[in-house]
Amino acid sequence: MEKLIALLIAAPLLGAVVLLVGGRRLDRVGHWVGTLLSTASFVVGVFLFADLLGRNAEHRTLIQHLWTWIPVEGFQADVTFRLDQLSMTFVLLITGVGSLIHLYSVGYMEHDERRRRFFGYLNLFLAAMLLLVLADNYLLLYVGWEGVGLASYLLIGFWQHKPSAATAAKKAFLVNRVGDMGLSIAIMLMFTTFGSFAFGPVFGHVDGATEGKLTAIGLLLLLAACGKSAQVPLQSWLGDAMEGPTPVSALIHAATMVTAGVYLIVRSAAVFNAAPDAQLVVTVVGTVTLLFGAIVGCAKDDIKKALAGSTMSQIGYMVLAAGLGPIGYVFAIMHLVTHGFFKAGLFLGAGSVMHGMNDEVDMRKFGGLRKYMPVTFITFGLGYLAIIGFPGLSGFFSKDKIIEAAFAKGGTEGWILGGAALVGAAITAFYMTRVMLMTFFGEKRWQPDENGAEPHPHESPKVMTIPMIVLAVGSVFGGAFFSIGDRFLKWLEPVTGHSEGHSPVSAGEITIATMACLVIGVGIAWAQYGRRPVPAVAPRGSLLTRAARRDLLQDDFNHVVLVRGGEHLTRSLVYVDHTLVDGVVNGTAAGFGGLSGRLRRLQNGFARSYAVSMFGGAALLVAATLLMRAV
Amino acid sequence: MSTPAVHSLWTTAADRIPQIGAPKIEYGQLSPTLIILGAALVGVLVEAFVPRRSRYYAQVFVSVVALCAAFAAVIGLAADGYGTTKAHIAAMGAVAVDGPSLFLQGVILLAGLVGLFTFAERRLDPAAHGNQVDSFAAQAAAVPGSDTEKAAVRAGFTTTEVFPLLLFAVSGMLVFTSANDLLTLFVALEVFSLPLYLLCALARRKRLMSQEAAVKYFLLGAFASAFTLFGIALLYGYAGSVSYARVAQVVDGSVTDVNPALAGTMGNDALLLIGAALLVMGLLFKVGAVPFHMWTPDVYQGAPTPVTGFMAAATKVAAFGALLRLLYVVLPGMRWDWRPVMWAVAIITMLGGAIVAITQTDIKRLLAYSSIAHAGFILAGVIATSKNGVSSVLFYLAAYSFVTIGAFAVVTLVRDAGGEATHLSKWAGLGRRSPLVAAVFAVFLLAFAGIPLTSGFAGKFAVFKAAAAGGAVPLVVIGVISSAIAAFFYIRVIVLMFFSEPRPEGPTVAVPSPLTMLAIGLGVAVTVVLGVAPQYFLNLANQASVFVR
Repeated sequence: MEKLIALLIAAPLLGAVVLLVGGRRLDRVGHWVGTLLSTASFVVGVFLFADLLGRNAEHRTLIQHLWTWIPVEGFQADVTFRLDQLSMTFVLLITGVGSLIHLYSVGYMEHDERRRRFFGYLNLFLAAMLLLVLADNYLLLYVGWEGVGLASYLLIGFWQHKPSAATAAKKAFLVNRVGDMGLSIAIMLMFTTFGSFAFGPVFGHVDGATEGKLTAIGLLLLLAACGKSAQVPLQSWLGDAMEGPTPVSALIHAATMVTAGVYLIVRSAAVFNAAPDAQLVVTVVGTVTLLFGAIVGCAKDDIKKALAGSTMSQIGYMVLAAGLGPIGYVFAIMHLVTHGFFKAGLFLGAGSVMHGMNDEVDMRKFGGLRKYMPVTFITFGLGYLAIIGFPGLSGFFSKDKIIEAAFAKGGTEGWILGGAALVGAAITAFYMTRVMLMTFFGEKRWQPDENGAEPHPHESPKVMTIPMIVLAVGSVFGGAFFSIGDRFLKWLEPVTGHSEGHSPVSAGEITIATMACLVIGVGIAWAQYGRRPVPAVAPRGSLLTRAARRDLLQDDFNHVVLVRGGEHLTRSLVYVDHTLVDGVVNGTAAGFGGLSGRLRRLQNGFARSYAVSMFGGAALLVAATLLMRAV
Repeated sequence: MSTPAVHSLWTTAADRIPQIGAPKIEYGQLSPTLIILGAALVGVLVEAFVPRRSRYYAQVFVSVVALCAAFAAVIGLAADGYGTTKAHIAAMGAVAVDGPSLFLQGVILLAGLVGLFTFAERRLDPAAHGNQVDSFAAQAAAVPGSDTEKAAVRAGFTTTEVFPLLLFAVSGMLVFTSANDLLTLFVALEVFSLPLYLLCALARRKRLMSQEAAVKYFLLGAFASAFTLFGIALLYGYAGSVSYARVAQVVDGSVTDVNPALAGTMGNDALLLIGAALLVMGLLFKVGAVPFHMWTPDVYQGAPTPVTGFMAAATKVAAFGALLRLLYVVLPGMRWDWRPVMWAVAIITMLGGAIVAITQTDIKRLLAYSSIAHAGFILAGVIATSKNGVSSVLFYLAAYSFVTIGAFAVVTLVRDAGGEATHLSKWAGLGRRSPLVAAVFAVFLLAFAGIPLTSGFAGKFAVFKAAAAGGAVPLVVIGVISSAIAAFFYIRVIVLMFFSEPRPEGPTVAVPSPLTMLAIGLGVAVTVVLGVAPQYFLNLANQASVFVR
């Protein structure tokens, strides 16, 4: 059975190679080839899943060793895959949602002449992401990690003729480098600490390492996670990444890739469990990000950027949960999966709206679309209800558990984390209601695009609506399916471990509080955007609103601190290089040059001088030899 | 019985009817040398009896056949196990047939063959009066600029004597690496030196410079030979024998009998130390170590470039072969005396060669100083006094020979109206005009600089590793620093070729015959193969690294 694991990766990889190398002659069928291979991978995944379910909980880890990648004494890097409950969950999410989005893209990218290339990149992304979650050691994981980074870069900048897209791709790439640096240093540190970077040996020898080293490794892994998952302080790229085609935003920048950081933390649970300081930082990062993203999401008029803020915020929840330790791991992953469904669905819905509105993204120019796009409205609406945590829908179960776990952390910390998570839930309800109202309700505020074409909103073709419907079903029932009878907990527990915390507040009280927050958030949004007409031009807004529109000044901060600072640093380094380093180097060179010129004069061309030199040399040689004996 | 007087010795010997037995000569084991010597003699006969027009072809034919046959003989001997298990001393103790000698003989023969290709090149010089000519003077005896010379040029004469001279030199080198007594060593030294002095004087262009170089080389060579001979005499006085084995035994104290005729000198350490120092000095002169190097730039520059290439490669191989044998077979008993001295020589040679090379403006002089620096690197391997030291030196010499001949062969291609354009400024922008030639030369320069994936790196690495293992870490550090200094001027030439604007009146690159192409091609091939996959050849050198005593 293990033999099948490689197939999971091989199928989309083959697709990527065929589509990217195949050239123009595949233009007609390329999108179907890509979709087919993605689906094939999903089918293999389901097959493996069925196999795992048929086994006992303790035998659900399959290992496939392909070959030894770098065989050096004392440094062994294997190409080995590990399929356990955690990676299985990801495989199903990646290939399942991935296949749906492939299908959706067939319709969405229909008029793009580079559609074949787009599907090649999508397949490349799937292969890299699967490699990331299936790798049995950190080095191979790093390959996948870089691979998804590459695919993300290529896809954000897919419409490279737009300068904004090219810049956004570059920005995403650069910010991710910072995180990648953390991962690579973490791997080096693991190698020096444990003598290996394979999961088994590293997790097995955690007891032998000092807490300081584990904390360092944990913080470096967190840095990596921050880069990939757009957590504060490396969050700035995600909003700009919305320049990519919407299916990309749905798949990579909502459902899968951006959750790789959560995967990394949960996978490294053994390291984090032994490093409480690192865990604390993880929870802080998660909490800050969940509020940060939520606030940004409130102020954005661009529907995709509002959703991007929401993604950041939801991943903040997951990171918070992952930082809580064994209480939270399972719920981090559960929220990750349910979020994969409803956020992908929301993005596809947004894409569908844009499709019908001449690619307009400004929600102030939408309004009243529910009548024109019923399927989109219903699926988007179900996703909306799921994300705000409407009772019975996916988000309700998974988010509730995280808030509960945050309170269960205990002490002041528990109150702060839990309280922040509750506030986050209220803000989530606010900004999502705002998106919903501005887009589908109220009056039409449609405006012709820059070419003067009036929008004629219409429902999208079936190839696009079917994936939306499937995802909507997942958004509705996923949470309940996982939670009733603790199915998901029992499934994942053997890998991540689980402990029940002692919450100072009872589960029922938390649910009530969450509901209260939800009602408050929806209520304020209704008061602001439902009762009153939405102005077509954004009002000036309060200081906070203006800051939030500018992504809470993240780019300004980066510009002042990093760009300016970097420039100053570069300038001073250049100065040091020119004066000190070049001085030493050139001085040495000049010294040797001068010596050379002086020695050269000895070579005067007279045989007699040469003979004297030889005679002197011989005398010295004899003298030195005699001297050696004398000494 | 008291010690008999010299006179009584003589009388008793006469009474016994001295039987001077016919010396036992192992012709088979000496065949490489004998083939070359025989071919050289045939070459002399060719000069005497074959019509002028056909001499060139006859000489090239004889030389190529001889060199190939001798090389085949070396391979045959090695395959027979003479390099390892059957190593022994032939010709009544005069010649050693063992791993190092066979390996180096093979290298010398190949260097001779490749050098011969460049000697035989006749397409580079513009045809003089309808005759294709090579790099050598039309008539060596004609005074430069005289009417006789002009007549000879007009008649299209060429000095085909260079081919037998080359063979004589090669035969001397073959013996030099395998000489197993001091007299054979000296004879071999002279046998290979004299033809080289002559060859240096034979340049077709810039004849005065060439003759000056030859005279300097001859004078200084003779001077050095005198030291060598004096050293041999002193060693004989110390040990009472010229046989390597015997001298070695006396040096390390395992034999203490005193030859009554030398009772006054034997065992006098001063004789040993001075004699060894002078003998070593003679060999250091040949390898071009500082401070005995001063002939090198002048001779390399003045000699015809094909001769320079051959000489730079083969002389160095032969001289290091002899030096190794002397230090490892004859003088290991006094290694505590010579090692520190050789340390000093190696250091000043590496640094001196590299530093003075920085300010050179002539490509041939530049390569001359580079060869001095390389002599220093090889000395570092010699000083290791270990089996690995020997094998690393063998490998280095093999790698270095091909790079050197190839590099000088490229130098012959870059020409202007005055012949070869050796001034560096004329090489500016060569990469734009003749990318292939410039790229090939760049490969050689990178190999000289010891950049990975070239033979130069593998060789330098092996030598430094052996030296470090032998306890000479400071030497290795200085070696690496010298390499860094040396890299500067090698890379500078590359920069000059590829990143400078070509000069309008710059030189042209002549299209050579397949002979030079073969020489250059072999150089590049060996450089790359030894750089990318050196293991086979390192093993070979390692197998060949045991001297016979």
